[in-house]
Amino acid sequence: MGHDTNTEMPERYRGRGRGGNREQLQVPEAEFRSYYGRPIIKAPVWKNPDVPLYLFLGGLAATSAGLGAMGGATGRPTLRRTGRLAAAGGAIGGTVFLVHDLHRPSRFLHMLRVFKPTSPLSVGTWILSPFATFAAATAAAEIAEPVLRRRGARGLARLLRRAGDASGVASAVVGPALGTYTAVLFSNTAVPTWHEAHRHLPVVFAGSAAAAGGGMGLVGASVRDNVPAARLAVAGAAVELVAGEVMERQLGLLGDVYQKGRAHTLMRASKACLAAGAVGTVLGRRRRWSAALSGLALMAGSALTRFGVFDAGIASANDPAHIVVPQRERIRRRQETTATPSDRTTPPDRAFA
Amino acid sequence: MTNVFDAFSGAATSLTGPLPDPSTDAGWSAEHPKRVGFFTDTSVCIGCKACEVACKEWNLVPDDGTDASDTYRLTGMSYDNTGDLGSSTWRHVAFIEDVRPHGSATPAHGGQQTGFLPEGLPAVYGNGSSSPRDAVTEPPGGGTVDLLALLPDGGAHGQQTPDDERDVRWLMASDVCKHCTHAGCLDVCPTGALFRTEFGTVVVQDDICNGCGYCVPSCPYGVIDVRESDGGAHKCTLCYDRLGEGLEPACAKACPTKSIQFGDLDELQAAADARLAELHSRGVHEARLYGRDPDDGVGGDGAFFLLLDEPEVYGMPPDPVVTTRDLPEMWRNAALTAVGLGAAVVAAFWGGRR
Repeated sequence: MGHDTNTEMPERYRGRGRGGNREQLQVPEAEFRSYYGRPIIKAPVWKNPDVPLYLFLGGLAATSAGLGAMGGATGRPTLRRTGRLAAAGGAIGGTVFLVHDLHRPSRFLHMLRVFKPTSPLSVGTWILSPFATFAAATAAAEIAEPVLRRRGARGLARLLRRAGDASGVASAVVGPALGTYTAVLFSNTAVPTWHEAHRHLPVVFAGSAAAAGGGMGLVGASVRDNVPAARLAVAGAAVELVAGEVMERQLGLLGDVYQKGRAHTLMRASKACLAAGAVGTVLGRRRRWSAALSGLALMAGSALTRFGVFDAGIASANDPAHIVVPQRERIRRRQETTATPSDRTTPPDRAFA
Repeated sequence: MTNVFDAFSGAATSLTGPLPDPSTDAGWSAEHPKRVGFFTDTSVCIGCKACEVACKEWNLVPDDGTDASDTYRLTGMSYDNTGDLGSSTWRHVAFIEDVRPHGSATPAHGGQQTGFLPEGLPAVYGNGSSSPRDAVTEPPGGGTVDLLALLPDGGAHGQQTPDDERDVRWLMASDVCKHCTHAGCLDVCPTGALFRTEFGTVVVQDDICNGCGYCVPSCPYGVIDVRESDGGAHKCTLCYDRLGEGLEPACAKACPTKSIQFGDLDELQAAADARLAELHSRGVHEARLYGRDPDDGVGGDGAFFLLLDEPEVYGMPPDPVVTTRDLPEMWRNAALTAVGLGAAVVAAFWGGRR
């Protein structure tokens, strides 16, 4: 009956003491009660790999558009071409995955009925739609312009190039929003590991987007043109590694999903790929093959992060401890600050707990 | 709360805190009906599941088994074979068999012999180990006769069954969508399929829903879910169709013990407060209201409960908070990070050609 094969059921329902952050360690036993160990909230029904892949492709497209536009403006033709094609490919591929993820795909246009700032998915739709339009137009111009020129339609070719440049800049301006809104998409849920990481996830995802876009630039651009891509990729990988580590630590109890199961494996693999790709970029940027290999490793690292964060969220939603223990702690802290604790919501009946 | 979201949002203008009239907040004219809801008093629930059946029948909710081998969906954990609320379970009766070593339990009803319950219900006992079963045959005040004591086996089928080695207590509660004042599912729905009705309830428009599934992990109670057979998100509508005709919802209509009470929310709240005070005065100290407080993380629930143990024992979150409470901060963080990402792309080109 599960929507996703990855429903990691908790192994206990009267949890043992589980040390979390420093504050919680002072509580002798973080024991919790639940309804026969069943999950309290519903895990996302988003499809795997559709949604993690969309996140990866969106991030890839977001920074590729910038590299394409800047590459064009600074006279780096191979970087421009790579960036523009990757932006369009990422946006179109991401859109396909996003539509396929719907449980009623034929109604995907219902996404455009309203604009709701309270719904990150609505806002995201209104970011992705113009971005994909601009990016696709830019890529079309990139492909068609040399064809027209070869056939002698020079005036038309020049017009097309200018139009492509303009829409390329437009996609580059929208791009960063596409790269970070997905963090809000995940954080704005009741999934504890995602929600409580709402200060870290945008940074992790931005780093991941930079590593992916930069990595793509390293794969596609010539050695002569690939310096900006290399810089962006290494910076992105560094940010992603550091921010990811900080996130996992500061989550405390809720970070345990990154320490076990598939999320753990994916995040480990992601870190290895990112580190190897960054080192490879620094050492081997000047050789075509090693630059491309490093770029591929960075893209793989970026994608693995998205899969890891996705899996961690599923595991978190399925673990009643992630709901009960932090919420009990919240109640306890609130009562400590209240002079006369109200007995209405929490009567003294926990003697046996 | 006034913020930049007000300018765009056709739905709710406030994301958190008490809100006396969510319908007006959602744009209904002032003449809309009063907010309605459920008060589910679990202290009188007998676990008969009439509400589950009535709900399924009235709303034509399909079977939630997915294959032949799964027909009866036996959970094996208690008499609860439904498990949880979901796309095809809009009322769910939780059944908790609370077994503890003899003598270690907190006596139900605070160790007091309640011996009687209002509304003509059979009596239940406190911790029977110390008092013989027939100690209370005459309830104080000449109330209800203790039916259990009249049974041939001394009422061994009662809600509390002491034996030599263990104490057993049965808790039953009919769970349902909470129709939150600040509903996460409604806030995050990108199509407008979820909406706030004139009765203050939250309903999915099935012809609009495209099955994006965003509402599912956004509900702090784990109520709404996507139905695999039709791909749409479904949950309790508080019988929106019946409300329009002046009828009470099917579950409340079917409930034989008035554990499920339907009515105007303010009247239900007053009734619940009175019921709680009554139980407390009788020594049932473990009774508490859940979802009644308009200052809680979801602004109070349209469907709230009287529970006899902590909410998590019934599978409910102890301190739910609507996820969109933190959304303004999230957007701010994401926007700042986006600016940083854009700057990083430009900065990567620093120094021109080499």
